[in-house]
Amino acid sequence: MKRAVRVKINGKDYGRDVDVRSTLADFLREDLDLTGTHVGCEHGVCGACTVLFDGLPVRACLMLAAQADGHEVATIEGVAPSADELHPLQEAFWAKHGLQCGYCTPGIIMSACAFLEESPTPSDGEIREMLSGHLCRCTGYHFIVEAIAEAARAMAARGKA
Amino acid sequence: MKPAPFEYVAASSAADAVEALRRFGDDAKVLAGGQSLIPMMALRLARPSALVDINRCGDLEGLAESAGTLTVGALARQRDLERWARLRSPLFQEVLGSVAHAPIRNRGTVVGNLVHADPASELPALLLCLDGAVTARRTDGERVIPADKLYLAPLTTSLEANELATAARFTLPPDGAGWGFAEVARRHGDFALVGCIAVLAVNGGEAVSHARLGFFGVGGTPHRSAAGEAVLIGREPTAARCLEAARAAAAALSPDGDIHASAGYRKTVAATLAERVLAAAIGRCRRTG
Repeated sequence: MKRAVRVKINGKDYGRDVDVRSTLADFLREDLDLTGTHVGCEHGVCGACTVLFDGLPVRACLMLAAQADGHEVATIEGVAPSADELHPLQEAFWAKHGLQCGYCTPGIIMSACAFLEESPTPSDGEIREMLSGHLCRCTGYHFIVEAIAEAARAMAARGKA
Repeated sequence: MKPAPFEYVAASSAADAVEALRRFGDDAKVLAGGQSLIPMMALRLARPSALVDINRCGDLEGLAESAGTLTVGALARQRDLERWARLRSPLFQEVLGSVAHAPIRNRGTVVGNLVHADPASELPALLLCLDGAVTARRTDGERVIPADKLYLAPLTTSLEANELATAARFTLPPDGAGWGFAEVARRHGDFALVGCIAVLAVNGGEAVSHARLGFFGVGGTPHRSAAGEAVLIGREPTAARCLEAARAAAAALSPDGDIHASAGYRKTVAATLAERVLAAAIGRCRRTG
């Protein structure tokens, strides 16, 4: 069974006929070649596929593509302001070694984007609580916590400048 | 694509959704937040032949507090309740903080969580402790199912296949009541091995005038402890009395053991958590006439 969907992704409109069995993650990766959204467990536990749906982080593997019709999605591909400039979170993950294999990173960055908007000066405890929704098997998390704290500082400084 | 094939219906109103449920019969499932149903379909533990998506039913949205009752529409996300709780209820706030993680709560609905009836879930136990109810609608009528008549077995409620849970109602704790909440889980946000909720009110004569003690994760359904409450009601809530109530409550539980925890462990933890949440609730009580 197919269904027509129109979705705005990273500011650009996409229209496709999708199988109703397709998850939003399948749709992004397989229909639109937006493979920055990674697929890990495919049942909502690992957080790798987290995207922003109407501005809020959600698991792209736990939504059907058909449900995104008429909505806005933001993925890792749209986070950097330009081709040669990184978002402060990306910059901080790079500078603080917040990633190793990088598989979990896009999901964490998307969650962190929304998190820092809501909590621009988070405590380490709040960062850890936010990270509890994401699995990383490389870093041991400490550098991710540092990277998010660093990004928060950089964004606050930029806001003041 | 992981789920088995299904027919997809995007309902535009509650009436539209119940009509679809009538049409499809037993094999249809309601899709609200999908945070439990979609994983079960991905693992093929669930293979509904049709999904009735209620996410476009504007008449199921909303969350309203009025005269001591909180009514939550079927489309209100757990995150919406969390935002209300931040202003209105530290009890709800603390409970919701333990319900999975923010990206799940952004999408997962309160009513969906309640009627999914996972025995380790926090919100069903809260519904029991707050004398709650769920409104069930079908094509030819509507009924209200009180929380103590809702939960039958793990993942099984008294909702019929042709019924849509349109809203849930919580009776907010009486003025001056104190509360306590605690759970033990392997990691923050994971399903609880054992959890406990208490709501207590104490009158000017230092006697407990309102007592609710609920457990989750310790059996097939959430459990309200008549045994624990009976020890407290009408008596002075001393530390010794709380310990007695906690022990009586735990003794009346018959949890199952599984790969995560043995039955004995769950019972021991239940007694400890009950004592803690009762102490916390008493500490938070404001004495009222």
